[in-house]
Amino acid sequence: MSLTLAAQDAAPQQTWLEKLGPGHIILAVALVLYPLVASDFFLTQIGGYSLIFGMLALSLMMLAGYGGMVSLAQITVAGIAAYAIAILGNNNSNVLGFGWPWWLAAPFAVLAAAVASALIGWISVRTEGIYTIMITLAIATATYYFAQQNYAIFNGHSGYAGIHAPSFWGVNWRDPKAFYYLCLGFAVLSYAAILYGARSTFGLTLQAIRDNPRRMRALGYDVTAHKVFAWFLAGIIAGLAGVLLVWFNGRVSPGTIGVDVAIDVLIIAVIGGLQHPIGPFLGALVVVLMQTFAIDIVGAERFNTLIGLVFLVIVFVSPDGILGLWGRIKPYLAQESLRSGP
Amino acid sequence: MRIHRRTLLALALATGLTAPSLALAADDGIKIGLLATFEGPFTVLGEDGERGAMTAVEEVGGKVAGKTIEIVKGSSDASPDSAVRAARKLVEQDGVKVLVGPLSGDEGLAVKDYAKTQPTVTFINGTSAAQDTTLRNPAENFFRFSTDGAQWMAGLGTYAFNDKGYKKVATVAEDYSFPYTQVFGFMAEFCKAGGKVPSKSWVPIGNKDYSSVIAAIPDDVDAIYVALGGADAVNFLTQYQQSGGTAPLIGGSITVDQTVLTSKGKLRDVLIGTPAAGPTADTNDSPSWMKFLEQYKKQPGAFPSPSLFAHGYYVNMKAALLALEQAGGDVSDGGAKLRDALSKLSFDTPTGKVSLDKNRNAIADIFLTEVTEGADGNLLNKLVKVVSQVNQTLGIPEDEFMKLGAVNRDNPSCP
Amino acid sequence: MSILDQPPSSSQLSSSSMAGGGMTRRQAWGLFWLLAAALVAWLVFAVWPDWLNAILISKKAFVSAILNGITLAGLYFLVASGFTLIFGLMRNVNLAHGSLYLLGAYIGYEVANRTGYWLLGVASGFIVLAAVGVVMQIFVFRRLEGDDLRQTLVSIGISIVAADLMLAVWAGGTYQIAVPEWLDGALTLPVITAVRSNGASVFLTYPLYRLVVLAAAIVIGVGLWLMLNKTRVGMMIRAGVDDRAMLSASGVNVHAVFAIVFAVGAGLAGFAGVVGGSALSVAPGEDVRYLLASLVVVIVGGMGSISGAAIGALLIGLAEQIGLVYFPTYGIVLTFVIMVVALAVRPRGIMGKAR
Repeated sequence: MSLTLAAQDAAPQQTWLEKLGPGHIILAVALVLYPLVASDFFLTQIGGYSLIFGMLALSLMMLAGYGGMVSLAQITVAGIAAYAIAILGNNNSNVLGFGWPWWLAAPFAVLAAAVASALIGWISVRTEGIYTIMITLAIATATYYFAQQNYAIFNGHSGYAGIHAPSFWGVNWRDPKAFYYLCLGFAVLSYAAILYGARSTFGLTLQAIRDNPRRMRALGYDVTAHKVFAWFLAGIIAGLAGVLLVWFNGRVSPGTIGVDVAIDVLIIAVIGGLQHPIGPFLGALVVVLMQTFAIDIVGAERFNTLIGLVFLVIVFVSPDGILGLWGRIKPYLAQESLRSGP
Repeated sequence: MRIHRRTLLALALATGLTAPSLALAADDGIKIGLLATFEGPFTVLGEDGERGAMTAVEEVGGKVAGKTIEIVKGSSDASPDSAVRAARKLVEQDGVKVLVGPLSGDEGLAVKDYAKTQPTVTFINGTSAAQDTTLRNPAENFFRFSTDGAQWMAGLGTYAFNDKGYKKVATVAEDYSFPYTQVFGFMAEFCKAGGKVPSKSWVPIGNKDYSSVIAAIPDDVDAIYVALGGADAVNFLTQYQQSGGTAPLIGGSITVDQTVLTSKGKLRDVLIGTPAAGPTADTNDSPSWMKFLEQYKKQPGAFPSPSLFAHGYYVNMKAALLALEQAGGDVSDGGAKLRDALSKLSFDTPTGKVSLDKNRNAIADIFLTEVTEGADGNLLNKLVKVVSQVNQTLGIPEDEFMKLGAVNRDNPSCP
Repeated sequence: MSILDQPPSSSQLSSSSMAGGGMTRRQAWGLFWLLAAALVAWLVFAVWPDWLNAILISKKAFVSAILNGITLAGLYFLVASGFTLIFGLMRNVNLAHGSLYLLGAYIGYEVANRTGYWLLGVASGFIVLAAVGVVMQIFVFRRLEGDDLRQTLVSIGISIVAADLMLAVWAGGTYQIAVPEWLDGALTLPVITAVRSNGASVFLTYPLYRLVVLAAAIVIGVGLWLMLNKTRVGMMIRAGVDDRAMLSASGVNVHAVFAIVFAVGAGLAGFAGVVGGSALSVAPGEDVRYLLASLVVVIVGGMGSISGAAIGALLIGLAEQIGLVYFPTYGIVLTFVIMVVALAVRPRGIMGKAR
């Protein structure tokens, strides 16, 4: 299916604006102008946070949508990057903190996350299908417990605090507007990378492996290497999200990488939809809004019932999340507009 | 078609996200944020904390300095991250200028760090009791009218050594900052009195099966000091009873709290007679406590006796209200007047006089208790002794106290 | 549903590849276990020399840790056997299994508390949860048949909602299911832990109830084995595990078999909930704990295998308790290390068959 899609897209000459499509352009303009109308809280706690979790879910979407590997360890990967920033850079917890400058610590943290992701991938691709979800859940839990118990590296239950986002080019990147644009920049980069990557040779091979690993193996492709490399790439995106997350929170602790957060990331990806890279961001926005404001609407007590039910309904009604839901409603709307037309 | 769909999506995103901040406080009201654990493992404790806070609010008829009090709740799951997130929402979205909370130790440390970035907002503790929330690197706008976990242990170590005659004690506690602080508070006195602690068991958070931990406790100890809370305390005590344990117990402040004493089962047999210390005592018969008890019991779902979480939230909320009254309910100056009133505040709580030290940490009375069976069959903490006006350094001169170092698994030690 | 509906997956075709090397490995394991058993027997019954006491804290601590590990394994086995059965037959990972455990525990508590009969609580835990299992199978999983991922996702959704609703009904308090008088208290075992200076021997005492849990787990394990290997239903289940399409093609009502397996699996979880809730306690969060325990147990032991669940439970139970005594800091992590090692050596678990 994906192969034919790619063939269609190899359309005749287009300008880059045409290629981008009006939807993307309007979205981009709206996102760029968003800080003009939003309060600081909406900029960071809703906007920035949604973009960060959107990136996390995007890395999951990439593995699940194109590689057929549903991972619950994406927050673990992000957590490794976050801890790396705290350990290599500065923190005020009096543990480690090597004081590396941000331009050294951040790339290193992302690399560490990507390598960890590849390692998790290497363990879990030995099995297949539904096993992956179990093994990654177990790995996520193990990392959580280890971080909670280990004081030498992870500083135990309290974790690290006092981590600052960098200031350069005269900008403090933790200021609401700057931070929002920082998140937006990396989110757009990841999004574009996935859109492009899905149609690259590697992306197509990965999708073919998802659909029929035996045939691909017979054709001479190294299935394991392709999958592990996909994990590595997903790890880069998750690692970036982790760096942004630790700059955003100013702290990281085992609670940041808990099992409930791991499940949240999966929920975000599924609610948004696993078919298109915009899905994770949509899902993140919906879930972050719900998480933030549910306490004002239904009270804190039954919040999880609400989110669980929304999740259940979406999985039942529309396997492709909100995107799929839209895909189902659209034909009816189109018919309506035809009937009411002149 | 495809274009159409994306355009709509983009529009939906654009409009949905721009909702302006809705946090405009009503002119005649004053917003107070209440941050507690309304989800996760400490839900029961958080709910009792809320009862305590609401008791204080209802005592003043819901009004302070002529303004209606509006309580805005924020919920955490006891992890520092969620506490900061909830605090951010209360401050940055709901626009509260006074925030009461959080409940647990590491949350307190995290909220203190956040407080430094919000100098115009006044933070008043809930029941979080980690030492370093106020002792090391404190925040100018974080006040704690409840005492810390080490203060809560005042008098217990001496009592165990002198009155009970325990010379060798093993400790069992959970592996994070609050229990470290409690063990520190107990051992500071106990070791000074000449006692020995040959074995300390730090149990990983989340462990439920204590039977092997119990078996590994040396046979020759005179007593076991247990600093576990909630479900963990219940599990430990039950398994201790099932394994036929005979050594008497010494309780941490939340080990013999009402949340544990009211749970059903045979653990009452091993609990009766257990000495403990903390900021409250159930059989306190002072008029101010009786009045508080009466007020507290009007709250829906109240325990037979307020837990220390209800007490802590009550005291801190009460302090907030008293200071607000003094400041005329005016926080328009970035809270300077309010904070000034808070630092000078000294008032009588149901458990005696409370005032603040220079780090804005409470100096207050601590109660030495022993578990007994009440007339109606409920277990109660009987008041044994009041240790009056305990400060954060436990009466030790400050520089000497600081030399003891930050609490951790191995500090202090007297094997 | 015909066999043509299901394209042969890679796993089904390569089922014979592992069979050749399996026997010798099993023999090696047998030898290993025999030696281990001999060593443990000596450790349990001999009076320890001082150097051994010095290394292992005390004999009491060591023997108790072993016993606790084995009895905890019994509990884990009860939960995990249902999990593995359901997976083996239906290929869906029921991540709501922990919720079934917790619900069973709460129901057992209510019944035992109101009627005063603990056994009635245990029975109701099994029966009610078996009914819940059938309902879940018919109304949820059957509708998503053939879509493993969606079944798993739905089970996550169910577990989230269930956990929150249980919190609404039973609040966040800790419940203890009172064990009847005849199961309570400690038993003195014929194991000498130390010899006092006056020559008197100190014997080990151990909670009677935990031994009963172990016995129950063994009885149920044997019962399950008999059911799977000696009854017609068991035959169908085993056939279904090996080749579901073939089973339905041969005229068996697969849905009925699925419902039975789900009922047994969910019922066992409920049963374990009451039994475990009496040994430890019932509180929110236990659902995730036992879900994770069953996950690790079946990953280590091998998905879909009852004997694998038993071996996995034993390994994990022992690792957890021994870890708790000798290196408490990383006790919980140890179980996951075992999991990763097991996966590295045998990707499908110790007793897992390649499909």
